[in-house]
Amino acid sequence: MSASLRFLLALLVLVVLVSGGFYVSDRLRPTAAAPAQAQAGLPRTKPTVAGLYQVSIEPENATVPQGELHAWVLTLRTPDGKAVDGAEIAVDGGMPAHNHGLPTSPKVTAALGEGRYRIDGVRFNMGGRWELRFAISGAAGTDAVAFDLDV
Amino acid sequence: MLLRAAVWLGLFWAIGLLAGCGPAPFNEKERATIVSLSLSALKPLPPDPTNAYADQPGAAALGATLFFDTRLSRDGNVSCGTCHKIDRHFQDDLPLGVGVSTNNRRTMPLAGVAWSPFLFWDGRRDSLWAQALTPLEDAREHAGNRAAYAHFIAGHFRERYERIFGPLPDLDGVPDNAGPLGTREQQAAWASLGDAQRDGVDQVFVNLGKAIAAFERSLTPQPTRFDRFAGALAKGENPRSADALSDEEVQGLRLFIGKANCITCHNGPRFTDDHFHKTGVPDAAGLPAESGRADGVSKVLADPFNCAGRFGSGRLENCPELLFIKKDGPELLRAFKTPSLRGVADRPPYMHAGQIPDLAAVVDHYARAPKAPAGHSEAEPLTLSEREKAALVAFLRTLSDP
Repeated sequence: MSASLRFLLALLVLVVLVSGGFYVSDRLRPTAAAPAQAQAGLPRTKPTVAGLYQVSIEPENATVPQGELHAWVLTLRTPDGKAVDGAEIAVDGGMPAHNHGLPTSPKVTAALGEGRYRIDGVRFNMGGRWELRFAISGAAGTDAVAFDLDV
Repeated sequence: MLLRAAVWLGLFWAIGLLAGCGPAPFNEKERATIVSLSLSALKPLPPDPTNAYADQPGAAALGATLFFDTRLSRDGNVSCGTCHKIDRHFQDDLPLGVGVSTNNRRTMPLAGVAWSPFLFWDGRRDSLWAQALTPLEDAREHAGNRAAYAHFIAGHFRERYERIFGPLPDLDGVPDNAGPLGTREQQAAWASLGDAQRDGVDQVFVNLGKAIAAFERSLTPQPTRFDRFAGALAKGENPRSADALSDEEVQGLRLFIGKANCITCHNGPRFTDDHFHKTGVPDAAGLPAESGRADGVSKVLADPFNCAGRFGSGRLENCPELLFIKKDGPELLRAFKTPSLRGVADRPPYMHAGQIPDLAAVVDHYARAPKAPAGHSEAEPLTLSEREKAALVAFLRTLSDP
């Protein structure tokens, strides 16, 4: 094998290796950071900070729409599972990563009984991690709870 | 022989490599995001419960006539179409709109406007008809007054008006010029009217706005090359070659929905979250500092023509946007509406007072994310190469008509 042929082959091998590497790395590069859609690890039932209540939240309809006003149902119980009616609940929240609050001022619009409260006027105008905070005043006292949600 | 084989092998590899050199295919999540931006995902036109004439063709036809009628102004030289130019996507290419005199805001385009819960850059109106009435009495825009408009309708459009809205009120004794927002004389004339007269004038004025709103509801966004590309993507097909996006445009799209974070606010088929944000846009030179949404919230709540007013639904409970409006918080101060990006490449300059001259400078603004003149900015600095910035601009051009 002549020196020039060996050189050419070596060059070819080098080109194949290097370009193949680029090609593979391009294909393997993670694509646009997709916001975590799965709500795994984001509980919808939590004890309040001081442990006075147990709070569950769920959207009134099965899905959480982006951009539309919609309602949630909050269920308030004592730590041993008894429904708490007649509580006052204030709603707050926002996107901590963007340093802004909720785009609307959601309110409790109905007490549905059995510890359930309808919270209307929620809107998630942006995709990403949101926080919903509830300040609760009931017979057992005043307490608070915060939930993280991904939209 | 070996040499020739090696050369062929190299050639095949090179060809294979070139074929694979295009952008990587979109994953499922990206594909769903892209489809969520296409016009096929646009929800049906929302009803306007405060405007019984919103979807009446006769009202829309009258509204179209009125939209372009310059007699609806103090000097007879300004119509809605003066700033919202029909051949320029219903905007005027100027940093600040010019009616009777110069306004303090950039004229917004109108395609898809009927999907917006709040109108104007600061959202100071909550329906298309209430929006349409505002420039008519603004001294910088049409500079007219509602008594003059009522007389104008009675004098020139009586038959068309009455066919849609019923009999005109008796305007005898109503002075030619009177209104609560006009000159001192006009305000005095307005104050001297009886309740029934004021109510009659208000009713005609409101119906004028409702007719214009009915027309504006027909101004819908039109599909662009991006929509055809997204449509093909949704069906798992290859777009026709004329509709395919170039590698650079695809890179821009990937950045738009990915690390450039544009989609955080510019989401959905109109590329807007219909909300108000602070992104460090500088105040316009020569204009006083603005309070943006903070001012808009006070104004829409005080507007006698809002949803809760007697010409709207009459009850706050029927107006979810007002019932749940955010009234305070630092994020309202100097926040302005996220504009739609449809057709954006066709309409420099940008921002609420035309502060930024071209798209490249807009992308550069969001990459630098300068501090806000007051308060914090929601924008975070981005590391974007020059090539990436150009790719974003290239993608934005696919949102214009072909």
